[in-house]
Amino acid sequence: MRTSSVIIFLLFICISARAQQADQIKLKDLQQLINKPSDKVQVINFWATWCAPCVKEIPLFEKLNQENTDVEVTLVSMDYDLDPNPEKVYRFMTRKNLKSRVVILAERNPNNWIDKIDKSWSGALPATLIINSKTGKRKFIEKELHEGELEKLLEEAGK
Amino acid sequence: MKRVTGFILCLTILIAAHPVKKGYEVGDTATDFKLKNTDGRMVSMSDYKDARGFIVIFDCNTCPYSKVYNERIIALNEKYTSKGFPVIAINANDGSGDTYDDMVSIAKKKDYKFPYLFDETQKVARTYGATNTPHVFILTKELKVAYIGTIDDNARDAEAVTRHYVEDAVEALIAGRPVPLTKTKAIGCGIRWKDK
Repeated sequence: MRTSSVIIFLLFICISARAQQADQIKLKDLQQLINKPSDKVQVINFWATWCAPCVKEIPLFEKLNQENTDVEVTLVSMDYDLDPNPEKVYRFMTRKNLKSRVVILAERNPNNWIDKIDKSWSGALPATLIINSKTGKRKFIEKELHEGELEKLLEEAGK
Repeated sequence: MKRVTGFILCLTILIAAHPVKKGYEVGDTATDFKLKNTDGRMVSMSDYKDARGFIVIFDCNTCPYSKVYNERIIALNEKYTSKGFPVIAINANDGSGDTYDDMVSIAKKKDYKFPYLFDETQKVARTYGATNTPHVFILTKELKVAYIGTIDDNARDAEAVTRHYVEDAVEALIAGRPVPLTKTKAIGCGIRWKDK
């Protein structure tokens, strides 16, 4: 009996140690990330675990993140608006073994801040913001991206 | 013949140079539609002889935001139909879970007292500029767009809402006052468009 509880306890430790976590950030942190001067092109993707087209396009961002050292990918989870418990996001990150940086935007009442991220954004997910602080170019797109489209956007941003 | 070609050329340039308009803004006059309801009948706004306006909501069966707002949409219709502002829900989503049959079963299950219309070609959603669900367009009887946006300021918790954007807009229209906030934004599911 004791042995089995020890095993269960050890298993639990292993599983929780493996679970990936994400920082919860506020709007001002996101704005800092958007506005910071960087040698790298910032690719910021807005997604949520409940959003099927978001989940579908995430591998494109993962690939971009792994294959390009001059690009910085940030996956901003918008799950908080419906569910403040981050566990669902953590589980998703672990299950998909995400390598890109994931943050959770922990803000309420989106009407107050959607325009502050991009005026052209309706609030629909997925959406992607590309910023090249060296050329000053900025691209915002509100749709699911398919193979090749991300690269095209990066080119337009002067990567 | 030359003049005709010239005219067509001019027209083409004019059309090409004209910026693509992305749906309605507040103050625009909306066009009526004729779409199939879940009971099989075709519905237009012109069918409503006594309406003082409309709460047109682009909705979805599968979107979690549509799900959390479902009861609130039913309540809006209950509250405002008798006051002359009925709800008309439209589903323009392409894909599984949002077929016409799926719409029929959800309308039955939830006992919708308002039409739930199938925008199969997505033309109405595109014309209106609907982007994410649920996306509300409040129109006057003359089909003037009076409000575009979300239902309230708290998707997660109906009890904790502090601003009822849609109710505030409809109440203002009923009272003949200006709508306090004519445009809002919310996080939501992007409408699933057909590949062009």
